[in-house]
Amino acid sequence: WLAKVLWAQLLCGWVLGSELTFELPDNAKQCFYEDITVGTKCTLEFQVITGGHYDVDCRLEDPDGTTLYKEMKKQYDSFTFTAAKNGTYKFCFSNEFSTFTHKTVYFDFQVGDDPPLFPNENRVTALTQMESACVSIHEALKSVIDYQTHFRLREAQGRSRAEDLNTRVAFWSIGEALILLVVSISQVVLLRSFFSDKKTTMTRVGS
Amino acid sequence: MLASFLLLSWISSISALYFHIGETEKKCFIEEIPDETMVIGKYRTQLWDKQSGSFLPATPGLGMHVEIKDPDTKIILSRQYGSDGRFTFTSHTPGEHQICLHSNSTKMALFAGGKLRVHLDIQVGEHTNNYPEIAAKDKLTELQLRVRQLLDQVEQIQKEQNYQRYREERFRMTSESTNQRVLWWSITQTLILIITGIWQMKHLKSFFEAKKLV
Repeated sequence: WLAKVLWAQLLCGWVLGSELTFELPDNAKQCFYEDITVGTKCTLEFQVITGGHYDVDCRLEDPDGTTLYKEMKKQYDSFTFTAAKNGTYKFCFSNEFSTFTHKTVYFDFQVGDDPPLFPNENRVTALTQMESACVSIHEALKSVIDYQTHFRLREAQGRSRAEDLNTRVAFWSIGEALILLVVSISQVVLLRSFFSDKKTTMTRVGS
Repeated sequence: MLASFLLLSWISSISALYFHIGETEKKCFIEEIPDETMVIGKYRTQLWDKQSGSFLPATPGLGMHVEIKDPDTKIILSRQYGSDGRFTFTSHTPGEHQICLHSNSTKMALFAGGKLRVHLDIQVGEHTNNYPEIAAKDKLTELQLRVRQLLDQVEQIQKEQNYQRYREERFRMTSESTNQRVLWWSITQTLILIITGIWQMKHLKSFFEAKKLV
């Protein structure tokens, strides 16, 4: 059984899916690389959560440098491809078009299928009904979790806008009230100063 | 033999996504998670070797400093790890946790003009469960293990929905606060406007009367 556990360790370690959220400063470009074997079906999904107009440039290149996917100023997209060559695939997110807003980007790069639950040496028999029911429930739940993630990201976007609005309303309201007071007082002071100078000339003209 | 096998499996398990990082650069990743969720992060670093023109498999003396902050920006983990590391934490408050990595090389000469390749793998929630290990430990049949996996998934969905309710509450409070602020500040500003207008007229009237111009 020790051998089984060790084999299991080896196989389960191949977690083939990376989901990360990172901050992309203005005028910056961040690249990620992954070694993929030929014939593997991969999916790249990304979404911009906060920052500016919620858009980012994305580019995916194969080991020879051929661009497989290139989109400018996209808010959200999903791209599926099958690796045609062995090697290091590279995908980059660029915020170089933005001068002062930094963006938070989420991406999910799935490579291949999930590793099997068991290192099945005896997987010659087909799955029983119970097992295939479990498999379909598992797939359905995976898609539920996926939708939840996207919903969470959209909600984070909305919430960050709302919090921004809240602080901005307070800041500008106080600012405007102050400006109002300052302007009205200085108007009166200025008018007074006009008439103070003319006073002496007017009295002299009168008498 | 056992140790080398485990080491091999561990190393191969972290040949996931990688990126390049500069000397003093700090790379931060955000994980928005519900509470009582376990997060396991594994990284492996490789240093660029100018002589051979490639990345070395492993470099001793090269360390990474890992800092994890909770949603209240309180540091919950701040530790130095070697060139290969594994860090784990369980969230106690729901929200955005920030995982920051920066290199803390003991021999700065190693770095001169070089870049560091970091392989990173962060697993959250039910992905942290090691099913074959659980099966071996609890002696579960395949069906039992599948059901256990489904139970874990459903538990994660429940936690996430609970977190969703908490977030919606916060969002609603923020919106209501904005609504109140807009209301009160508009009223206040209108009042200030009217009062200053009246004050200006009164003051100027008395000023002109004093100057015998009216």
